[in-house]
Amino acid sequence: MMSTRTATATAFPAPHAQSPARPKNLVRLPRLRRIAAPLLFLAAWQAAVALGLIGARLMPPPSAIAESFWHLAISNQLLPSLLVSLARVTVGLAIGVAAGTALGLVTGLSRLGEDLLDPTLQMLRTLPHLALIPLMILWFGIGEVPKIVLIALGAAFPIYLNLYAAIRGADRKLFEVAATIGLSFPETVAHLILPASLPGFLVGLRQALGVAWITLVVAEQINASAGIGYLIMNAREFLETDIIFVGLCLYAVLGLATDYAVRLLETRLLAWRPSTLGALGRRA
Amino acid sequence: MNAAPPVPAAQVIGLTRSFGGPPVLDRLSLSLRRGEFAALLGRSGTGKSTLLRTLAGLDPAPAGSVRVPAARAVVFQEPRLFPWRRVWHNIALGLRFADARSRALAALAEVGLSHRAQAWPLTLSGGEAQRAAVARALVRQPELLLLDEPFGALDALTRLRMQTLLLRLWQNHRPAVLLVTHDVDEALLLADRVLVLENGRIALDRPVTLPRPRHPAHPDHARLREHLLASLGAGQSDREQS
Ligand SMILES: Nc1ncnc2c1ncn2[C@@H]1O[C@H](COP(=O)(O)OP(=O)(O)O)[C@@H](O)[C@H]1O
Ligand SMILES: [Mg+2]
Repeated sequence: MMSTRTATATAFPAPHAQSPARPKNLVRLPRLRRIAAPLLFLAAWQAAVALGLIGARLMPPPSAIAESFWHLAISNQLLPSLLVSLARVTVGLAIGVAAGTALGLVTGLSRLGEDLLDPTLQMLRTLPHLALIPLMILWFGIGEVPKIVLIALGAAFPIYLNLYAAIRGADRKLFEVAATIGLSFPETVAHLILPASLPGFLVGLRQALGVAWITLVVAEQINASAGIGYLIMNAREFLETDIIFVGLCLYAVLGLATDYAVRLLETRLLAWRPSTLGALGRRA
Repeated sequence: MNAAPPVPAAQVIGLTRSFGGPPVLDRLSLSLRRGEFAALLGRSGTGKSTLLRTLAGLDPAPAGSVRVPAARAVVFQEPRLFPWRRVWHNIALGLRFADARSRALAALAEVGLSHRAQAWPLTLSGGEAQRAAVARALVRQPELLLLDEPFGALDALTRLRMQTLLLRLWQNHRPAVLLVTHDVDEALLLADRVLVLENGRIALDRPVTLPRPRHPAHPDHARLREHLLASLGAGQSDREQS
């Protein structure tokens, strides 16, 4: 065990150790290589439509999508839709994360909580939350409430499951240390249990984000009078495929942006982890 | 066998412990004097760790009486630092003093680790991490210091340095030390007293009166070494391995 430790420790040399020998123009090359494939794909798409291999009505070329993106943007339809959808996800996610965290803490920290809640929650999680849409509509109508409840439901479970497992999976050996250095229970929670379960929580947060976006997409298609989903459903009525593609792009961009935010959070909160230390070393 | 002074640093009487099967510790009795450095030898699986964990309060003592001071500290075979707390913070955790941080820094200085006080534990080498673990024990000013094969996972040179360090810390602070080891040479280099655990009891309890600093070349040293190895049941080939 010790030998692996030493090995990993030496695998991250001091930040300055590897930088000097590297020529500057080579540093940019990997980034270029990574965007080359998507660019080629777009060019091929554009060419295929121009050559008539693909029908422009069902599959508009990237240039047409960009154009309608621009039109929607300057006619001020894009930003409001985006904000409405973003607000739904934010509120739903906030409620779901709060509920999942509370449940994970209760079941993770107390045997009583575990016995009372975990069996029920494990049963509920096998139910696909999207199957509840008909019930949601009956209970809450077709306004904002059912959408937010669905997103919250979908987001709560990944948080709960990951947090609970992470708390229960914390290293027993460190609990022995906590006992020998005389940490109280609140101190053990603060210095051992919570930090130990943070990586698991963040994995849960990422999964919750993914679920939240998918739920949003589905929920917005039931019925919506605003948001990206509304934009798309409206476009379908009038066969405006280019606008549908714009909507898809918006979903993708929002999904990417939030995933990036969580990753940023990870590098900040998990600075102690070897992988993070390595990444920070490379960036410096 | 030993003339125990009125207040021992730790006292175990009639300790029995089993894990379902035959008892691992069988009516074991042991008394450690204040400030004494005792090494506990024994073959693998004889219950050395179980005894140490009982003294540390990590294992219940279902039968028998165990009296240990409140001020005790443990060093395990692995450093067991909290990876999400800086090195100095690991040392300071659980200290009930307003100046916990400066005490932690002083302890780090004493083990020669001042320059790594702000580091994350996972960036330490094996030897550095174990020195931090020793500092974490030391800062608690223990009357009883328990070490469970603390240097077993280190390379030979690092182990030698750690042994010297432990000896110096013991001489400066004088806690009673119980060092579990499987290394007869380590025991003879450091301890005043060697104990051998066998069949759940202390089968051998010998003072080590060799002059300090210890030299393996000393004739008495070699004789005691042979004696201990024989009582550990080591054949010639086993001896070569360790
Ligand atoms: N938690 C446990 N559960 C079951 N058996 C255990 C446990 N801890 C120790 N033992 C058993 O007790 C015996 C003594 O173990 P240990 O004290 O670790 O020996 P040593 O440290 O001398 O190698 C071994 O046979 C081991 O398998
Ligand atoms: Mg052991």
